[in-house]
Amino acid sequence: MLKILKYSFYDLMRSRWSYVYFAFYLLLGVVLLFLNNDLSKAVITLMNVIIVLVPLIGTIFGVMYYYNSKEFTELLLAQPLKRSSIFLGQYLGVAISLSMSLILGLGIPFIFYGLFKSTAIWDFSLLLITGTFLTFIFTALAFNIALSNENKIKGFGYAILLWLFLAIIYDGIFLMSLIMFEDYPLDKLSLIGTMLNPIDLSRTLILLKLDISALLGYTGAIFKQFFGTNFGLIVSICMLTVWVVLPVFRIIFKAKKKDF
Amino acid sequence: MVSIQDLHKKFSKNQVLSGLNLEIGEGGIFAVLGPNGSGKTTLIKCLLGMVIPNKGQISVLGRNVKNSSAYRHKIDYLPQIANFPSNLKVKELIRMIKDLRGNTTLDQGLIDLFKLKPFLDKKLGNLSGGTKQKVNLVLTFMFDSPLIILDEPTTGLDPISLIRLKDLIQKEKAKGKTILITSHIMSFVEEVSDEIVFLLEGKIYFKGSITELKSKTNQPDFEHAIASILTENHA
Amino acid sequence: MKIKMLSFIALFLVSLLHAQTVEVCEGCMYKTLNEGIQAAKDFDTIFVKKGTYKEYNILVDKPLTIIGENYPVIDGEMKGEIITIVSDSVTVDGLFIINVGTSYTEDYAAIRVKRSKYFVIQNLVLEKLFFGIYLEKAQHGKVFHNKIIGDAVEEYNSGNGIQLWYSKDIEIEHNYVEHVRDGIYLEFSDHCLIKNNVSANNLRYGLHFMFSNDDIYQDNTFENNGAGVAVMFSKKIKMYNNIFTENWGTASYGLLLKEINDAEIQGNTFIKNTIGINIEGSNRINYLNNNFINNGWAIKVRGACYTNHFTGNNFLYNSFDISYNSNINDNVFDKNYWSNYTGYDLNKNGIGDIPYRPVKLFSYIVNRTPETIILLRSLFIDIIDFSEKVSPVFTPDNLLDYNPKMKRIEW
Repeated sequence: MLKILKYSFYDLMRSRWSYVYFAFYLLLGVVLLFLNNDLSKAVITLMNVIIVLVPLIGTIFGVMYYYNSKEFTELLLAQPLKRSSIFLGQYLGVAISLSMSLILGLGIPFIFYGLFKSTAIWDFSLLLITGTFLTFIFTALAFNIALSNENKIKGFGYAILLWLFLAIIYDGIFLMSLIMFEDYPLDKLSLIGTMLNPIDLSRTLILLKLDISALLGYTGAIFKQFFGTNFGLIVSICMLTVWVVLPVFRIIFKAKKKDF
Repeated sequence: MVSIQDLHKKFSKNQVLSGLNLEIGEGGIFAVLGPNGSGKTTLIKCLLGMVIPNKGQISVLGRNVKNSSAYRHKIDYLPQIANFPSNLKVKELIRMIKDLRGNTTLDQGLIDLFKLKPFLDKKLGNLSGGTKQKVNLVLTFMFDSPLIILDEPTTGLDPISLIRLKDLIQKEKAKGKTILITSHIMSFVEEVSDEIVFLLEGKIYFKGSITELKSKTNQPDFEHAIASILTENHA
Repeated sequence: MKIKMLSFIALFLVSLLHAQTVEVCEGCMYKTLNEGIQAAKDFDTIFVKKGTYKEYNILVDKPLTIIGENYPVIDGEMKGEIITIVSDSVTVDGLFIINVGTSYTEDYAAIRVKRSKYFVIQNLVLEKLFFGIYLEKAQHGKVFHNKIIGDAVEEYNSGNGIQLWYSKDIEIEHNYVEHVRDGIYLEFSDHCLIKNNVSANNLRYGLHFMFSNDDIYQDNTFENNGAGVAVMFSKKIKMYNNIFTENWGTASYGLLLKEINDAEIQGNTFIKNTIGINIEGSNRINYLNNNFINNGWAIKVRGACYTNHFTGNNFLYNSFDISYNSNINDNVFDKNYWSNYTGYDLNKNGIGDIPYRPVKLFSYIVNRTPETIILLRSLFIDIIDFSEKVSPVFTPDNLLDYNPKMKRIEW
């Protein structure tokens, strides 16, 4: 698996898209920091960007890579290699190279800005950790979609639909149901609703840092326990891990049964 | 060498292989023929474990292929369309496959044979179809495995390279290897193969030498023999 | 007030010429503070030497100066009130008073000033107390540099650190109060100055005004209280340069304004409070040059607030800048800096070319269904906020800052 990972990674690191992605984040970081000169504001803007864009890029890129490397995959399949190692290797190659672009692209301008001397370093690291988690989750979901759909156009369609659903539509439905059932105690429901969507989950993780003052204004005991202690942080990170692990298992499972 | 029993494969509603039995002994060149959609590629992919059969047993060199990948060390496979990662250079691709399968020194001779030297530092995305096919051939033949599977090996090759390929196949045969070939070029098949396996509607319709086929169909030449099978069955 | 103080000091100096000193210690003639007070004459100074004195109900009924040397301990053994001052011109300095009795019928205090003037209470340390310093109908006094450390757990059986009741012209400076019910509490007390105090970790309010007018509080720090400062039913209170921080919780505010009019709120900093300022039924208040940083809600307006002016404030990284529970607005927001402002300044005059709308639809939704707070910063919420911004339905449509600053305001 490590060998496949190595080749996928090298392959991607040389592809134009990694540079575009890297350059995009580099530019974003530079613009936010040096034109704006307000670290706290930069972190907030970055959060909005990361939560929306990272999943989008992760899915699109994952699906694209899968379809583009189809022949290569077939070449590999004829080699004495395990299927699970081929697909995990490719998945990790994509996820790691995307994460690298993200971390380096944002990290470099922030380091030049003097991040290490700033108190925002924790907020910033949390952002990068969340971004990395999202990359891993959405690349895995993209591989799942691509593995289940031979048709490229269909695959891309589902990928965009998935992103649209998790980034926007889910929250709309979530909000509507909270308002509809406002007469009932909702704190448990709202926390569960959050856990079921990785984008919401990462958002919560960031809210814990940026908006703790507002979150503590709510009365519910479960809310209070969740946001008032480290419990929320631990649960969120565990759930994010689950969100990585489950799709990865499905990749292995699907890959074992699939015909090429 | 290869033993297949009661092989079934269905792609959604399309039954491709239905109860195929095939025994291929050690040594010799076997051509797998059949009309479009008769299941040639599926059969080969089943052998390689790329397609997972619904039913049936396949063993290669006495070992069951199900859920195993190690047996593929004994197989050299030439895929039909060679579409390699376009960012890689030829040299790097060869190095990578060696890295994945184990080291070999045969590649140098093959590179010389197909005159690939000037292309080694070029990216695969910039190569012509024929050159790619040559690279593909190098990758296939550079491991000295007892079973060689060639899916449309002649695609895109110029006459000189074709002659070299034929020589190469004969050389491998002389080493006592078993070679499976699918091709649409009947003259090529007639020239190189010892035995043919004719697939029709997911089953083996005929297995034997070309002479046997000719006598069975009462046709003077190979091409007409094949054609007569097809017209008979489609009538 | 200054002239009065000066005459008081002059009187004090004159009397000092005749004054004698009385010493209280274990081996002295007077073994308790009480004995010392009884033996002393008007304007004497009593020196209390280091030691522990188990006393309560100490009545100071003549003008005396009581000075503790190296913090002698006055231990009330939880029996009742410890020192009660009923005379004018009393100074108490440098005592360590502990174990005030708790009662449900009487407000026992560590030190009480009753109907007296010209007192100074300074450098005291109070621990294990019910009420700390209780000024009852007192005037022209000074409470300076005391440290009050309570251990209050429940509101109903705990008292306040410094309490003023029908008192006037009191200066409360440089005190440190923690873990009591209200740090400092003023009821019917006017013309007081509360300056440079720290009030932290109190159950209810750091500072609490009820029916008190014309008071000033400035340069204080209120940290992690139930609510930093509550100003209720009061008029003309001036609030300058205070820091309100980390007042977190369901009903936690940096500053709570309820039924107050004509106040000045200037130069204050509100950091990391659940609600920076909660305003109810308050009119004609000027908010000038305050910083609102990282609060849940910088300002929450709940009904019936008219003619308030918010000018030149910085609103930085608050989850919500302003929240209204109705769509009627009679308050003016002008020339503030909003970190959430996304407009531009083409003519480079430092003022954004498009107005800023500080009330978001989402704040209205959260008011209605508090659980929805979990969707804060969701893309979906941004989209509906944007549509509300374009055509306001649920939020006041005239609530706009027409001159949003492009840069953080310095003063």
